[in-house]
Amino acid sequence: MKFEVGSALSIAAILFTVIVVAAMLIWVERRLLGLWQERLGPNRVGPFGLLQVVADMIKIFTKEDWVPPFADRFSFLLAPPIIMVVILLSFSVIPFAPGVGVIDSDIGVLFVLAMASLGAYSVMLGGLSSNNKYALLGSLRAAAQMVSYEVFMGISLLGVVALAGTFNLREIVLSQADGWYILPQCVGFLIFVIAGVAESHRLPFDIPEAEQEIVAGYHTEYSGMKFGMFFVGEYLGVVLVSSLIVVLFFGGWLGPAFLPPIVWFVLKASVFVAFFVLLRAAIPRPRYDQLMNYGWLFLLPLSLLNLLLTGAFVLWQEGM
Amino acid sequence: MLRLIKDTLISQVVTLWKVFLHAFDKTDTVEYPDVKPQMFSRWRGRIILSRDPDGEERCVACNLCAVACPVDCIALQKAEDEEGRWYPEFFRINFSRCIMCGFCEEACPTHAIQLTPDFEMAEYVRQDMVWEKEDLLISGTGKYHDYNFYRIAGKKIGGKDKGEARNEAVPVNVRSLLP
Repeated sequence: MKFEVGSALSIAAILFTVIVVAAMLIWVERRLLGLWQERLGPNRVGPFGLLQVVADMIKIFTKEDWVPPFADRFSFLLAPPIIMVVILLSFSVIPFAPGVGVIDSDIGVLFVLAMASLGAYSVMLGGLSSNNKYALLGSLRAAAQMVSYEVFMGISLLGVVALAGTFNLREIVLSQADGWYILPQCVGFLIFVIAGVAESHRLPFDIPEAEQEIVAGYHTEYSGMKFGMFFVGEYLGVVLVSSLIVVLFFGGWLGPAFLPPIVWFVLKASVFVAFFVLLRAAIPRPRYDQLMNYGWLFLLPLSLLNLLLTGAFVLWQEGM
Repeated sequence: MLRLIKDTLISQVVTLWKVFLHAFDKTDTVEYPDVKPQMFSRWRGRIILSRDPDGEERCVACNLCAVACPVDCIALQKAEDEEGRWYPEFFRINFSRCIMCGFCEEACPTHAIQLTPDFEMAEYVRQDMVWEKEDLLISGTGKYHDYNFYRIAGKKIGGKDKGEARNEAVPVNVRSLLP
């Protein structure tokens, strides 16, 4: 079996690695938060607390699989797998390294955005079918937030697409061989990071699941493995957004030759995963209306301006 | 516009940087069961009954501690021996009610009841939280090494008459005319 794009070996390796990494992030996040809050974090189970994830998994699998009697059973069961599936599907177009990937799609960027939009169904169905007012409030917030932030998430990527001249993520990486897009597209990068945090509803934009206001938001009624899927789905989202940032703005696997390409990719992506945790450690949650105002009144005009200038630059360059 | 950028961007970046710098600070966590914390000598923990330097019980069963106790967790019964000393027949502290306020220690006229820095008092059976006199009594003098109530107070007991206590003058016989 050869290790190339789309081979069974490649697909299995990516699926396995991504899920294991997402599960390990539970431990990584708690340790990093501890580091930045001058605590220790989980360090009792296994060396450095590494087996904490295993302990959590055992607990979550052996928990009673309970569906509230007042919930709408079908959509209640349907919601958690959706978020796992759509985010895992998004990973299929990510080019991890030359020859490592699932599909080499010409519409990679669009595919990722489409999957991100589908993710909104998961939180909407989960909150609505729970038949619980806090869950409903959470899913309302989640739906509004995801729909609004998708707009400038897409627009902020168009700058990169215009510069690269392709929607294919693999070719976008290759076109960064003589300069990463972080320099010409720094505004687009900032908007994409903010929108990415909001899309994966991580702190500081975890308004859909704000514990202090609405219990746990849309997954209030979930427990056991169904909650675990939401939980791992959130971490999968973090990995996905970090990988996208690396692919679109930091040259993907490109780097000095003393390390193999996949190592460069993993290194760059881990920096952004750590950055996501730092965001959680440092920045307080905005109010809901502040989030909406910030998005529509500040980020949207900024991203449109960025797209306008990038387009003008590309046209001017072609006219030369 | 500049104000907006300062509020939304610069201050957030400064926050992120300052929180990031905490990575190089020492952690405050004490890993408790492995590392025992250094307790202070005035810590209000487990209650004991001390003895005087002669090895006798200091408690004179005056009930002041039981009265001072805000949660009524102290129960005792006065008894008297053949020498005239008062002592508690039983002395019982229900530690499942005790709030370690230290009022009993402040109320005690004989320094008998004292709080110690020990705080590890968890039990599996609720009834084990009730401590009797033999559990509470220690063999030492606690915080006050030289204090002996009956050697200082004017109370007459067997082997010590009126006027024989420390710093106590012999009683004046008001009916005598002799100098």
